[in-house]
Amino acid sequence: MSGTNIAPNQPLIRVENLCKAYNLDHPENQSACHQVLFNINLEIYPGEFIAIMGQSGSGKSTLMNILGCLDTPTAGSYWLAGRNVATFSGDELARVRNRNIGFVFQGFNLLKRMTALDNVAIPLLYAGMNRSESRKQALSLLQQTGLGQFTRHYPNQLSGGQQQRVAISRALVNQPQLILADEPTGNLDTQTSQEIMALFAQLNRDRDITIILVTHEDDIAAYANRLIRLKDGHIVQDEMRSPTTV
Amino acid sequence: MNLLIIITESFRALRLNRLRTGLTMLGMIIGVAAVVLMLSIGQGAQANINNTIASMGSHLLIVVPGATSSGGLRFGIGSVKTLTAADAQAIAELPSVEATAPVVSGIAQFSYGANNWSTSISGVTPDYFTVSNWVIERGDIFSEADVRSATRVAVLGKITAENLFGTEDPIGKTLRISNRPFLVVGVLAAKGQSLSGRDQDDNVLIPLTTAQRQVLGNQFPGSINLMLVQAKSAEMMEEAEQEITRLLRQRHRITGKMENDFTVRNLTALAAVASTTAKIMAWMLGAIASISLLVGGIGIMNIMLVSVTERTREIGIRMAIGASQRAILTQFLLEALMICILGGITGVALGITCAWAISQIADMPVVITLSMIGLAFTFVSIIGVFFGFYPAKKAASLKPVEALRYE
Repeated sequence: MSGTNIAPNQPLIRVENLCKAYNLDHPENQSACHQVLFNINLEIYPGEFIAIMGQSGSGKSTLMNILGCLDTPTAGSYWLAGRNVATFSGDELARVRNRNIGFVFQGFNLLKRMTALDNVAIPLLYAGMNRSESRKQALSLLQQTGLGQFTRHYPNQLSGGQQQRVAISRALVNQPQLILADEPTGNLDTQTSQEIMALFAQLNRDRDITIILVTHEDDIAAYANRLIRLKDGHIVQDEMRSPTTV
Repeated sequence: MNLLIIITESFRALRLNRLRTGLTMLGMIIGVAAVVLMLSIGQGAQANINNTIASMGSHLLIVVPGATSSGGLRFGIGSVKTLTAADAQAIAELPSVEATAPVVSGIAQFSYGANNWSTSISGVTPDYFTVSNWVIERGDIFSEADVRSATRVAVLGKITAENLFGTEDPIGKTLRISNRPFLVVGVLAAKGQSLSGRDQDDNVLIPLTTAQRQVLGNQFPGSINLMLVQAKSAEMMEEAEQEITRLLRQRHRITGKMENDFTVRNLTALAAVASTTAKIMAWMLGAIASISLLVGGIGIMNIMLVSVTERTREIGIRMAIGASQRAILTQFLLEALMICILGGITGVALGITCAWAISQIADMPVVITLSMIGLAFTFVSIIGVFFGFYPAKKAASLKPVEALRYE
């Protein structure tokens, strides 16, 4: 992971004047543009646990996609671990997603035709590891997240909470510094939600992984130690706070 | 991601949709089988013709009488007896000519014991056997002395021998030709059909003089029906053609603008045309068959496009966890290629089986060569890459966000 070891006082993420606009039907017509994010400025330091909140349409998912290198900003710069990824090509972004970022989605987004073990192992394969070594690492990770006996199960044979644990294992497998979780508890019941959030908090605390969480539930956001609120594409609130103890 | 893993991933994807994969592959299988079958039949026909040409004798010219006019009436080739055995002897002396073989021919009735048979009979000289590449299977040919003294001896073609003598050995037996007894001295090895489709093995060869005087009846003295001329080499054929024309015009006292009363034909050139025709035929059959391959390719493209659309979300997930565009492109391209190559292998096997069955049932010559199989595979791979590329490119150029959002 060259170029990713930054000093703790350096921001892991620095976003400057970031804008995002969608050119819906007529890309050449400026007036038909729909701007979603306006001049976002943001610094995130290693080890932070951030909740991004906002109503639907506030731009939080768009911001999340850009931070996750799944989408590119229209203007502004985005420095991730010291590199301006706003200028990166598609394949360079794929590499960043593979090595530096882990994703957890609301709908789990596991590959249906693969076992839990293989699902966790794929990021390693895309990183160039061979099959047996990747399975070995995936297995140890699944055991750590308490899914040791479900390795041969397919996603549809697992409960929502178990699927989300598989997804979290997959996000962790390449040892990223950053985990992006987009409504990770949206499809889970309260009990399971709390378990998953406890897992995130533990990862943040024990492994010093930076976590950015998108949610619209206050009790989920309460796990974070920093809250960013978006409204109509602007940051309207950015405050540190003490998280709920688990 | 290394290639081996991508291959197993592609394999897994194909296995999950077995029926669809099988049906798509069927297009390839039929296409490849058709190409292999058509090429093998075409090449079989060509090989057959080449055999015939080889059996005909090399660098041959054929001189036939005819194309003459008398008082404004023009006669077709061979209708007038203007060539003689003496002409043949004179031509044999030409520097570009290796040998000549004058021939008189007709139909006669043959009988041996209770069997009788009617077929063509030719009066020839011993040179005829070498010039037209006849191989003696049993016994021997007749000699110059037999020709000089017009002996009653005969050499039988394979079919004639079987028809008259059955399983008996004809050598030393006496058969009757137009009611005159002839001693059988030899039997020719089989040659098969000529280019014109005539069975060359159904014939009887007797000395030229015997045929002229005793069998084929009252003819203009010494006249012959045609003469085979063997040039010294393939390069000298044109020269020989000119020399023969010059000599015959001189001998037949044809001057100025008078039309020749003979025609010189280049048999080798005719054979080359026949061979080329067969070759064109073989490739044309292959080309027609390859259209079905093209249709199969379009089927693959169609299915791959459906597959890419169906798996948009999967592609999005793979991209989110670090698949490069190149990895996605390779995966889908390999899926298309694998359908093609597996279809190709099955198709080649099916094509060979069908070709073999046809050769057994219809008694047709078929030729299966390695290059043919190589060609089929090359074609199939090209089709796989060509028709697989667009869907794979489409998959690889999906935007991760949009692919992930796809329901």
